[in-house]
Amino acid sequence: MGRRTFMKRLMEGATALGIVSFLAASAIAGDTIKFGVVAHKTGPLAGGEAVTHTPNIEMWVKQVNARGGLNVDGGKKLIEIVEYDDKTNPGEHIKAVQRLATQDEVDFMLSPYGTGFNVAAAPIYAKYGFPLIAVSAITNKIEELSKRFPNMFFTLGNTTGFVEGVRDTLITMRDSGTIGNKIAMVNVADAFGIELADTARPILAEAGFEIVYDKSYPLGTPDISPVIKGAKAAKPDAFVAWSYPPDTFALTEQAIIEDLDVKVFYTAVATAFPAYSGKFGNKIEGNLGAGGVNPDTPAMQNYRKEHKELTGKVPDYWASATYYASLQILEQAIEAVGTVDRSATVDYIKNNSFDTVIGTISFDENNNSDRYWSVGQWRDGVFRAVADTGMGDSVPVVEKSGW
Amino acid sequence: MDIIISGLLLGGTYALIAMGLNLQYGVARIMNLANGEMLVLGGLAAFWLFVFAGIDPFFTLLLVAPVAFAGNWLIYRFLMAPLVRRSKNQGALDVDSILATFGLSFALVGIMVSVHGEYFTYSFLADPLSILGTTVAVNRLMAFIAAVCIAGALYCWLNLTYAGTAVRAVSVNAEAAGLVGINVAKISALAFALGGAVTAAGGTLISTFITLDASIGVVFTMKALIIIIMGGIGDIRGAIIAALILGLVETAVATLIDPGLTLVAAYVIFLLVLLLRPQGMFGRRTT
Repeated sequence: MGRRTFMKRLMEGATALGIVSFLAASAIAGDTIKFGVVAHKTGPLAGGEAVTHTPNIEMWVKQVNARGGLNVDGGKKLIEIVEYDDKTNPGEHIKAVQRLATQDEVDFMLSPYGTGFNVAAAPIYAKYGFPLIAVSAITNKIEELSKRFPNMFFTLGNTTGFVEGVRDTLITMRDSGTIGNKIAMVNVADAFGIELADTARPILAEAGFEIVYDKSYPLGTPDISPVIKGAKAAKPDAFVAWSYPPDTFALTEQAIIEDLDVKVFYTAVATAFPAYSGKFGNKIEGNLGAGGVNPDTPAMQNYRKEHKELTGKVPDYWASATYYASLQILEQAIEAVGTVDRSATVDYIKNNSFDTVIGTISFDENNNSDRYWSVGQWRDGVFRAVADTGMGDSVPVVEKSGW
Repeated sequence: MDIIISGLLLGGTYALIAMGLNLQYGVARIMNLANGEMLVLGGLAAFWLFVFAGIDPFFTLLLVAPVAFAGNWLIYRFLMAPLVRRSKNQGALDVDSILATFGLSFALVGIMVSVHGEYFTYSFLADPLSILGTTVAVNRLMAFIAAVCIAGALYCWLNLTYAGTAVRAVSVNAEAAGLVGINVAKISALAFALGGAVTAAGGTLISTFITLDASIGVVFTMKALIIIIMGGIGDIRGAIIAALILGLVETAVATLIDPGLTLVAAYVIFLLVLLLRPQGMFGRRTT
């Protein structure tokens, strides 16, 4: 070959050698512990993830790396996050998990946002043995799932518990004479809303309530006023909406405009978001919603303070703290095991209890932590828990008096 | 009466969403799939300025419209015009513009996510007003009035000025328009930019009562597409009438039958129009 080609080949070879040795060097160095996360950066669930999950991950990594990293293998390893966008598409989600496991070779995975995604990802997390501490997952299939996927853990309760929290709140209000037994119930026509409405109908009927307005509306409905007008016309004592963020905001705004006179007004997802109180100010005093926290413990106060300081964002008053708790659990389990060993970590999580921002968490024989707040109420700018399962520190609910 | 008033207000909202795309597709012949993202950008601007600087969305409108006009003009000049020049027929241009604007929509979503990944919602003029016995929200009413003004202004401009007539000529037959001395490239750029400005202005207005986020643009693009196809491409009256009909029907169905059937009703009308009059209500039958 000519001199030109020879030189070209030589340069290519040298470059290749250089790249390979660089990669080899950084692989050998290996002083980080890799966590993979497949996030909804875009798509319908992006708004929720950006409030509940993403800042917690940012905060946790900053805190752990500030003290040198995780204690593993006799030393400290800094946390490295590898993140992909699944566009809120389950197919893309699975592909991204596969990529993280096989190409990026992450050591552990963080749980995704949304019941559907936790359930869809469960088989592939199980295949690679990643512990999956599900947070934004509310389903009645916990026993079934943990039998099939022994590496999967649940922290936010099941659908029945979620609905029972609302029912118990309604019963308390009825017993105190604040409301009668007429309920207007609406739901978003998405798996979440439909499942909750279907679960709620028999539970509420059994408790002696009469559902006087029972309708669903499509996700993303631009004008929700027919729903509120219809509910108002049915003269209910209480209004319950199994809603998603856009409609939670829309229903509340319409209720204010129509001056829907109910002593109990419940909307589901996003009632606990900082944007909800940001938009409505003190008009939402007394509004009920999914979640709630006990904001008075030192752990919670410290958590909320650091969240704002380290990320610039305010946490929500529902699953944010629980997601942070799941990161704490993972951290404590990995450090206790002492090395990157996924199955040992899964076993450790199964058999031990953990000190977290929401209290002591441990998992029962169904990998379920049956300790969560289910219903919250806005009181003086704070969304306090008024109903819970296993927590025991909810405050009594009060009636809503006007907008 | 409830239904008529709420329905008209919703129709006004839909008209705001659709008029811009009508100009862009009807005149500039660009199937702009990034239309929804342009709308959301208008909403994001209103949100930012309202929440962080306390600026009235109606004032933001005065900023958003010219900025969107300039931005869309640049997009047409550098991204779309080359596609127009090299495409041999409308079909090829459709495919090219769909692909290009599809990519543009991803880019815009990515930019918005990095700026503000959460929902943007704020309370502005969310007060009740009683019209003929129906309670309406002031912000929706203002958006309706603005939609009427924009539609009226566009209609007058298109029918009573030389430039507007040139725009209508290009939408009827671009080749023939070129033959009578109309600078088709310039008029197309103008229409595209104007369409973008109208859409962004619409976004600013609807952000006062609809919760938006970075990823919701695609929903609005689809709605706009349905409306302009129903109304007939190229004629602004079509988009407005179709939007009003859609608003009235959806509100009627939600009130009288079931709110869950609004999407069904919308698509049934769409199907009927396509089956019975495929060129849309005010469209021209393609030769």
